[in-house]
Amino acid sequence: MFCDRCGEPAAQGDHSGCAAARELEPPRFCPDCRRRMKVQVVPTGWTATCVEHGTRTS
Amino acid sequence: MSEILDRARAQVLNDGVGLDEAQTLEVLRLGDDELPELLQLAHDVRMKWCGPEVEVEGIISLKTGGCPEDCHFCSQSGLFASPVRSVWLDIPSLVEAAKQTAATGATEFCIVAAVRGPDKRLMDQMREGVKAIKAEVDIQVAASLGMLSQEQVDDLVDMGVHRYNHNLETCRSHFPNVVTTHTWEERWGTLKMVRDSGMEVCCGGILGLGETLEQRAEFAAQLAELDPHEVPMNFLNPRPGTPLGDQPVVEGKDALRAIAAFRLAMPRTILRFAGGREITLGDLGTRDGLLGGINAVIVGNYLTTLGRPATSDLELLQDLKMPVKALSATI
Repeated sequence: MFCDRCGEPAAQGDHSGCAAARELEPPRFCPDCRRRMKVQVVPTGWTATCVEHGTRTS
Repeated sequence: MSEILDRARAQVLNDGVGLDEAQTLEVLRLGDDELPELLQLAHDVRMKWCGPEVEVEGIISLKTGGCPEDCHFCSQSGLFASPVRSVWLDIPSLVEAAKQTAATGATEFCIVAAVRGPDKRLMDQMREGVKAIKAEVDIQVAASLGMLSQEQVDDLVDMGVHRYNHNLETCRSHFPNVVTTHTWEERWGTLKMVRDSGMEVCCGGILGLGETLEQRAEFAAQLAELDPHEVPMNFLNPRPGTPLGDQPVVEGKDALRAIAAFRLAMPRTILRFAGGREITLGDLGTRDGLLGGINAVIVGNYLTTLGRPATSDLELLQDLKMPVKALSATI
Protein backbone atom coordinates (compact mmCIF):
# COMPACT_ATOMS: atom_id res chain seq x y z
CA MET A 1 0.00 0.00 0.00
CA PHE A 2 1.27 3.45 -0.90
CA CYS A 3 0.57 7.04 0.10
CA ASP A 4 -1.69 8.49 -2.60
CA ARG A 5 -0.05 11.91 -2.29
CA CYS A 6 3.69 11.20 -2.36
CA GLY A 7 3.73 7.63 -3.66
CA GLU A 8 6.01 6.30 -0.93
CA PRO A 9 5.09 3.18 1.09
CA ALA A 10 2.30 4.15 3.44
CA ALA A 11 3.73 2.09 6.29
CA GLN A 12 7.13 3.79 6.15
CA GLY A 13 7.79 7.30 7.36
CA ASP A 14 5.44 10.00 8.54
CA HIS A 15 2.61 10.80 6.13
CA SER A 16 0.69 13.11 8.45
CA GLY A 17 1.75 16.06 6.29
CA CYS A 18 0.47 14.25 3.22
CA ALA A 19 -2.82 13.53 4.96
CA ALA A 20 -3.21 17.19 5.88
CA ALA A 21 -2.36 18.32 2.36
CA ARG A 22 -4.83 15.84 0.91
CA GLU A 23 -7.65 17.88 2.46
CA LEU A 24 -7.07 20.32 -0.39
CA GLU A 25 -5.61 18.03 -3.06
CA PRO A 26 -6.81 15.05 -5.08
CA PRO A 27 -4.77 11.85 -4.93
CA ARG A 28 -1.89 11.62 -7.39
CA PHE A 29 -0.53 8.08 -6.89
CA CYS A 30 -2.44 4.83 -6.97
CA PRO A 31 -2.44 3.47 -3.40
CA ASP A 32 -2.31 -0.09 -4.74
CA CYS A 33 0.65 0.15 -7.11
CA ARG A 34 2.06 3.73 -6.77
CA ARG A 35 1.56 4.45 -10.47
CA ARG A 36 0.87 8.11 -11.17
CA MET A 37 -2.82 8.45 -11.88
CA LYS A 38 -4.56 10.58 -14.50
CA VAL A 39 -6.46 13.10 -12.39
CA GLN A 40 -9.21 15.43 -13.53
CA VAL A 41 -10.37 18.08 -11.07
CA VAL A 42 -13.78 19.63 -11.70
CA PRO A 43 -15.48 22.39 -9.68
CA THR A 44 -17.32 19.95 -7.45
CA GLY A 45 -14.99 16.96 -7.28
CA TRP A 46 -12.30 14.88 -8.96
CA THR A 47 -11.64 11.57 -10.69
CA ALA A 48 -8.32 9.72 -10.54
CA THR A 49 -7.59 6.84 -12.87
CA CYS A 50 -4.91 4.17 -12.57
CA VAL A 51 -4.28 2.22 -15.75
CA GLU A 52 -4.16 -0.98 -13.68
CA HIS A 53 -6.59 -0.39 -10.81
CA GLY A 54 -9.33 1.73 -12.35
CA THR A 55 -10.99 5.00 -11.43
CA ARG A 56 -11.57 6.54 -8.01
CA THR A 57 -13.81 9.55 -7.44
CA SER A 58 -14.24 12.16 -4.73
CA MET B 1 -4.43 57.44 11.30
CA SER B 2 -1.26 57.25 9.20
CA GLU B 3 -0.62 59.84 6.55
CA ILE B 4 -0.91 57.38 3.68
CA LEU B 5 -4.36 56.27 4.82
CA ASP B 6 -5.45 59.91 5.06
CA ARG B 7 -4.21 60.49 1.52
CA ALA B 8 -5.82 57.27 0.26
CA ARG B 9 -9.14 58.28 1.78
CA ALA B 10 -9.10 61.56 -0.11
CA GLN B 11 -7.57 60.32 -3.34
CA VAL B 12 -9.09 56.86 -3.77
CA LEU B 13 -12.29 56.85 -1.76
CA ASN B 14 -13.40 60.37 -2.54
CA ASP B 15 -11.95 60.92 -6.01
CA GLY B 16 -11.64 57.38 -7.36
CA VAL B 17 -7.98 57.79 -8.30
CA GLY B 18 -5.88 54.72 -7.53
CA LEU B 19 -2.66 54.82 -5.54
CA ASP B 20 0.57 54.96 -7.54
CA GLU B 21 3.49 52.58 -7.00
CA ALA B 22 5.16 54.59 -4.23
CA GLN B 23 1.89 55.05 -2.39
CA THR B 24 1.04 51.36 -2.74
CA LEU B 25 4.41 50.52 -1.22
CA GLU B 26 3.64 52.77 1.74
CA VAL B 27 0.43 50.83 2.28
CA LEU B 28 2.23 47.49 2.04
CA ARG B 29 4.61 48.71 4.75
CA LEU B 30 1.86 49.62 7.23
CA GLY B 31 2.07 47.83 10.57
CA ASP B 32 -0.29 45.18 11.86
CA ASP B 33 -1.84 47.72 14.22
CA GLU B 34 -3.10 49.69 11.21
CA LEU B 35 -4.41 46.67 9.31
CA PRO B 36 -8.04 46.91 10.54
CA GLU B 37 -8.24 50.54 9.46
CA LEU B 38 -6.64 49.71 6.10
CA LEU B 39 -9.09 46.87 5.46
CA GLN B 40 -12.04 49.10 6.35
CA LEU B 41 -10.84 51.75 3.92
CA ALA B 42 -10.35 49.17 1.16
CA HIS B 43 -13.85 47.86 1.84
CA ASP B 44 -15.29 51.38 1.70
CA VAL B 45 -13.51 51.94 -1.63
CA ARG B 46 -14.85 48.70 -3.04
CA MET B 47 -18.40 49.50 -1.89
CA LYS B 48 -18.30 53.02 -3.30
CA TRP B 49 -16.71 52.28 -6.67
CA CYS B 50 -17.86 48.69 -7.31
CA GLY B 51 -20.91 48.17 -5.12
CA PRO B 52 -21.89 45.28 -2.84
CA GLU B 53 -22.23 42.62 -5.53
CA VAL B 54 -19.78 39.73 -5.71
CA GLU B 55 -18.98 37.99 -8.99
CA VAL B 56 -18.87 34.23 -8.58
CA GLU B 57 -16.92 32.05 -10.99
CA GLY B 58 -16.01 28.41 -11.48
CA ILE B 59 -12.94 27.22 -13.37
CA ILE B 60 -12.12 24.01 -15.20
CA SER B 61 -9.00 22.54 -16.70
CA LEU B 62 -9.68 21.46 -20.28
CA LYS B 63 -6.13 20.28 -20.79
CA THR B 64 -4.07 19.47 -17.71
CA GLY B 65 -0.32 19.00 -17.38
CA GLY B 66 2.40 18.50 -19.96
CA CYS B 67 2.97 22.22 -20.46
CA PRO B 68 6.25 23.10 -22.23
CA GLU B 69 6.74 26.27 -20.17
CA ASP B 70 8.72 26.47 -16.92
CA CYS B 71 6.60 28.69 -14.66
CA HIS B 72 8.36 27.81 -11.41
CA PHE B 73 5.18 27.69 -9.34
CA CYS B 74 3.23 25.40 -11.63
CA SER B 75 2.69 21.68 -11.14
CA GLN B 76 1.50 21.40 -14.74
CA SER B 77 4.87 22.11 -16.31
CA GLY B 78 6.24 19.09 -18.12
CA LEU B 79 9.74 20.24 -17.22
CA PHE B 80 9.49 19.45 -13.49
CA ALA B 81 9.17 16.20 -11.54
CA SER B 82 5.58 16.95 -10.59
CA PRO B 83 3.11 14.09 -10.04
CA VAL B 84 0.53 15.81 -12.26
CA ARG B 85 -0.06 13.80 -15.45
CA SER B 86 -1.36 15.12 -18.73
CA VAL B 87 -5.09 14.67 -19.27
CA TRP B 88 -7.77 16.13 -21.58
CA LEU B 89 -11.38 16.70 -20.59
CA ASP B 90 -14.05 15.54 -23.04
CA ILE B 91 -16.87 17.85 -24.14
CA PRO B 92 -19.73 16.12 -22.23
CA SER B 93 -17.70 16.40 -19.02
CA LEU B 94 -16.95 20.04 -19.79
CA VAL B 95 -20.64 20.81 -20.22
CA GLU B 96 -21.46 18.91 -17.02
CA ALA B 97 -18.88 20.98 -15.14
CA ALA B 98 -20.46 24.16 -16.50
CA LYS B 99 -23.86 22.96 -15.31
CA GLN B 100 -22.47 22.21 -11.84
CA THR B 101 -20.89 25.65 -11.75
CA ALA B 102 -24.10 27.39 -12.81
CA ALA B 103 -26.01 25.44 -10.16
CA THR B 104 -23.92 27.14 -7.46
CA GLY B 105 -25.19 30.53 -8.64
CA ALA B 106 -21.97 31.36 -10.45
CA THR B 107 -22.30 33.49 -13.58
CA GLU B 108 -18.81 32.92 -14.97
CA PHE B 109 -17.16 29.70 -16.16
CA CYS B 110 -13.52 29.86 -17.19
CA ILE B 111 -12.02 27.15 -19.39
CA VAL B 112 -8.28 26.79 -18.84
CA ALA B 113 -5.57 24.88 -20.67
CA ALA B 114 -1.96 24.30 -19.59
CA VAL B 115 -0.23 25.33 -22.79
CA ARG B 116 2.17 27.96 -24.10
CA GLY B 117 -0.55 28.88 -26.55
CA PRO B 118 -3.38 26.98 -28.21
CA ASP B 119 -2.82 24.75 -31.25
CA LYS B 120 -5.49 23.82 -33.78
CA ARG B 121 -6.64 20.82 -31.75
CA LEU B 122 -7.21 22.96 -28.67
CA MET B 123 -8.96 25.74 -30.61
CA ASP B 124 -11.24 23.13 -32.23
CA GLN B 125 -11.98 21.68 -28.78
CA MET B 126 -12.75 25.19 -27.51
CA ARG B 127 -15.10 25.96 -30.37
CA GLU B 128 -17.00 22.72 -29.84
CA GLY B 129 -17.02 23.11 -26.06
CA VAL B 130 -18.16 26.74 -25.95
CA LYS B 131 -20.92 26.00 -28.45
CA ALA B 132 -22.12 23.05 -26.37
CA ILE B 133 -22.07 25.05 -23.14
CA LYS B 134 -23.96 27.97 -24.66
CA ALA B 135 -26.59 25.56 -25.96
CA GLU B 136 -27.25 24.04 -22.56
CA VAL B 137 -26.08 26.33 -19.76
CA ASP B 138 -26.95 29.92 -18.87
CA ILE B 139 -23.48 31.10 -17.95
CA GLN B 140 -20.83 33.39 -19.36
CA VAL B 141 -17.76 31.66 -20.76
CA ALA B 142 -14.23 32.88 -20.23
CA ALA B 143 -11.00 31.29 -21.42
CA SER B 144 -7.36 31.02 -20.41
CA LEU B 145 -5.25 29.36 -23.09
CA GLY B 146 -1.88 31.07 -22.83
CA MET B 147 -0.38 33.36 -25.44
CA LEU B 148 -2.50 34.04 -28.51
CA SER B 149 -2.07 35.11 -32.11
CA GLN B 150 -4.37 37.79 -33.51
CA GLU B 151 -6.22 35.11 -35.47
CA GLN B 152 -6.84 33.15 -32.27
CA VAL B 153 -8.06 36.26 -30.49
CA ASP B 154 -10.52 36.82 -33.32
CA ASP B 155 -11.63 33.19 -33.18
CA LEU B 156 -12.36 33.40 -29.45
CA VAL B 157 -14.44 36.54 -29.99
CA ASP B 158 -16.31 34.70 -32.74
CA MET B 159 -16.99 31.80 -30.36
CA GLY B 160 -18.58 34.19 -27.87
CA VAL B 161 -15.86 34.05 -25.22
CA HIS B 162 -16.49 37.27 -23.32
CA ARG B 163 -13.42 37.45 -21.07
CA TYR B 164 -9.84 36.23 -21.49
CA ASN B 165 -7.54 35.45 -18.60
CA HIS B 166 -3.82 35.81 -19.03
CA ASN B 167 -1.94 36.48 -15.81
CA LEU B 168 1.26 38.48 -15.75
CA GLU B 169 1.89 36.41 -12.57
CA THR B 170 4.33 38.89 -11.01
CA CYS B 171 5.96 42.22 -11.70
CA ARG B 172 8.19 42.79 -14.70
CA SER B 173 11.41 42.95 -12.64
CA HIS B 174 10.76 39.60 -10.91
CA PHE B 175 9.29 37.69 -13.87
CA PRO B 176 12.64 36.34 -15.16
CA ASN B 177 13.18 34.70 -11.76
CA VAL B 178 9.89 32.86 -12.14
CA VAL B 179 9.63 32.04 -15.86
CA THR B 180 12.47 31.65 -18.36
CA THR B 181 10.73 30.08 -21.37
CA HIS B 182 8.89 33.25 -22.35
CA THR B 183 8.91 36.90 -21.36
CA TRP B 184 6.68 39.26 -19.45
CA GLU B 185 6.50 41.35 -22.61
CA GLU B 186 5.11 38.43 -24.60
CA ARG B 187 2.30 38.11 -22.08
CA TRP B 188 1.70 41.86 -22.24
CA GLY B 189 1.40 41.59 -26.02
CA THR B 190 -1.38 39.02 -25.77
CA LEU B 191 -3.18 41.20 -23.23
CA LYS B 192 -3.08 44.17 -25.58
CA MET B 193 -4.57 42.12 -28.42
CA VAL B 194 -7.31 40.86 -26.12
CA ARG B 195 -8.07 44.39 -24.95
CA ASP B 196 -8.28 45.67 -28.53
CA SER B 197 -10.61 42.83 -29.53
CA GLY B 198 -13.36 43.93 -27.15
CA MET B 199 -13.06 40.90 -24.90
CA GLU B 200 -12.79 41.74 -21.23
CA VAL B 201 -9.27 41.45 -19.88
CA CYS B 202 -8.65 39.32 -16.81
CA CYS B 203 -5.11 39.63 -15.55
CA GLY B 204 -3.59 39.09 -12.14
CA GLY B 205 -0.99 36.90 -10.61
CA ILE B 206 0.39 35.06 -7.63
CA LEU B 207 1.74 36.60 -4.45
CA GLY B 208 4.45 34.75 -2.58
CA LEU B 209 6.76 33.96 -5.50
CA GLY B 210 9.73 35.41 -3.64
CA GLU B 211 8.99 38.98 -4.65
CA THR B 212 9.88 41.88 -2.34
CA LEU B 213 7.35 44.37 -1.05
CA GLU B 214 8.75 46.83 -3.57
CA GLN B 215 8.07 44.33 -6.34
CA ARG B 216 4.56 43.71 -5.01
CA ALA B 217 3.92 47.46 -5.33
CA GLU B 218 5.52 47.42 -8.79
CA PHE B 219 3.15 44.65 -9.81
CA ALA B 220 0.09 46.55 -8.57
CA ALA B 221 1.20 49.61 -10.54
CA GLN B 222 1.75 47.57 -13.70
CA LEU B 223 -1.68 45.98 -13.38
CA ALA B 224 -3.21 49.41 -12.82
CA GLU B 225 -1.55 50.61 -16.02
CA LEU B 226 -3.11 47.69 -17.89
CA ASP B 227 -6.47 48.51 -16.24
CA PRO B 228 -7.95 45.02 -16.54
CA HIS B 229 -11.62 44.33 -16.02
CA GLU B 230 -10.68 41.69 -13.46
CA VAL B 231 -7.63 40.95 -11.33
CA PRO B 232 -7.45 37.44 -9.85
CA MET B 233 -5.29 37.34 -6.73
CA ASN B 234 -3.65 33.99 -6.10
CA PHE B 235 -1.40 33.11 -3.18
CA LEU B 236 1.32 30.56 -3.77
CA ASN B 237 0.35 27.06 -2.75
CA PRO B 238 3.81 25.43 -3.02
CA ARG B 239 3.52 22.38 -5.23
CA PRO B 240 5.70 19.30 -4.78
CA GLY B 241 8.31 18.87 -7.48
CA THR B 242 8.30 22.51 -8.64
CA PRO B 243 11.22 24.92 -8.12
CA LEU B 244 9.05 26.89 -5.66
CA GLY B 245 7.88 23.75 -3.87
CA ASP B 246 9.63 24.75 -0.64
CA GLN B 247 8.73 28.44 -0.74
CA PRO B 248 6.99 29.60 2.46
CA VAL B 249 3.35 30.57 2.12
CA VAL B 250 2.37 34.23 2.46
CA GLU B 251 1.46 35.21 6.02
CA GLY B 252 -2.26 35.89 6.42
CA LYS B 253 -1.82 39.49 7.49
CA ASP B 254 0.55 40.17 4.59
CA ALA B 255 -2.04 38.67 2.22
CA LEU B 256 -4.77 40.91 3.61
CA ARG B 257 -2.48 43.94 3.39
CA ALA B 258 -1.79 43.09 -0.25
CA ILE B 259 -5.48 42.68 -1.04
CA ALA B 260 -6.25 46.08 0.45
CA ALA B 261 -3.26 47.69 -1.30
CA PHE B 262 -4.29 46.28 -4.68
CA ARG B 263 -7.84 47.54 -4.11
CA LEU B 264 -6.51 51.01 -3.34
CA ALA B 265 -4.36 50.87 -6.49
CA MET B 266 -7.32 49.73 -8.62
CA PRO B 267 -10.54 51.05 -7.07
CA ARG B 268 -12.88 49.99 -9.88
CA THR B 269 -11.59 46.56 -10.93
CA ILE B 270 -13.09 43.20 -10.10
CA LEU B 271 -10.64 41.89 -7.50
CA ARG B 272 -11.06 38.15 -7.26
CA PHE B 273 -10.04 35.71 -4.57
CA ALA B 274 -8.38 32.87 -6.47
CA GLY B 275 -6.07 29.95 -5.66
CA GLY B 276 -4.20 29.51 -2.40
CA ARG B 277 -6.52 31.52 -0.18
CA GLU B 278 -7.52 28.44 1.80
CA ILE B 279 -3.90 27.82 2.79
CA THR B 280 -2.85 31.43 3.28
CA LEU B 281 -5.98 32.81 4.90
CA GLY B 282 -8.27 29.97 5.95
CA ASP B 283 -11.97 30.50 6.62
CA LEU B 284 -11.57 33.60 8.78
CA GLY B 285 -9.24 35.26 6.30
CA THR B 286 -11.67 34.65 3.46
CA ARG B 287 -14.21 36.67 5.41
CA ASP B 288 -11.64 39.38 6.16
CA GLY B 289 -10.69 39.59 2.49
CA LEU B 290 -14.30 40.05 1.43
CA LEU B 291 -14.48 42.87 3.97
CA GLY B 292 -11.14 44.27 2.82
CA GLY B 293 -11.41 44.91 -0.90
CA ILE B 294 -12.30 41.60 -2.58
CA ASN B 295 -15.47 41.59 -4.70
CA ALA B 296 -15.26 38.29 -6.59
CA VAL B 297 -14.48 34.67 -5.79
CA ILE B 298 -13.63 31.44 -7.52
CA VAL B 299 -15.89 28.87 -5.92
CA GLY B 300 -15.30 25.16 -5.66
CA ASN B 301 -12.14 23.47 -6.83
CA TYR B 302 -9.23 24.92 -8.78
CA LEU B 303 -7.36 23.36 -11.70
CA THR B 304 -5.26 20.76 -9.87
CA THR B 305 -6.06 21.48 -6.21
CA LEU B 306 -9.25 21.63 -4.19
CA GLY B 307 -11.00 24.64 -2.72
CA ARG B 308 -13.64 25.25 -0.11
CA PRO B 309 -17.07 23.84 -0.94
CA ALA B 310 -18.99 26.40 -2.99
CA THR B 311 -21.74 26.32 -0.37
CA SER B 312 -19.32 27.63 2.26
CA ASP B 313 -18.52 30.71 0.20
CA LEU B 314 -22.13 31.29 -0.80
CA GLU B 315 -23.28 31.05 2.82
CA LEU B 316 -20.57 33.52 3.77
CA LEU B 317 -21.76 35.96 1.10
CA GLN B 318 -25.29 35.63 2.40
CA ASP B 319 -24.07 36.22 5.93
CA LEU B 320 -22.21 39.34 4.77
CA LYS B 321 -25.27 40.52 2.82
CA MET B 322 -23.27 40.62 -0.38
CA PRO B 323 -25.48 39.62 -3.35
CA VAL B 324 -24.09 37.42 -6.11
CA LYS B 325 -23.69 39.45 -9.29
CA ALA B 326 -26.34 38.60 -11.84
CA LEU B 327 -25.63 37.32 -15.33
CA SER B 328 -25.06 40.09 -17.85
CA ALA B 329 -23.83 39.70 -21.39
CA THR B 330 -21.11 42.12 -22.44
CA ILE B 331 -20.15 40.84 -25.83
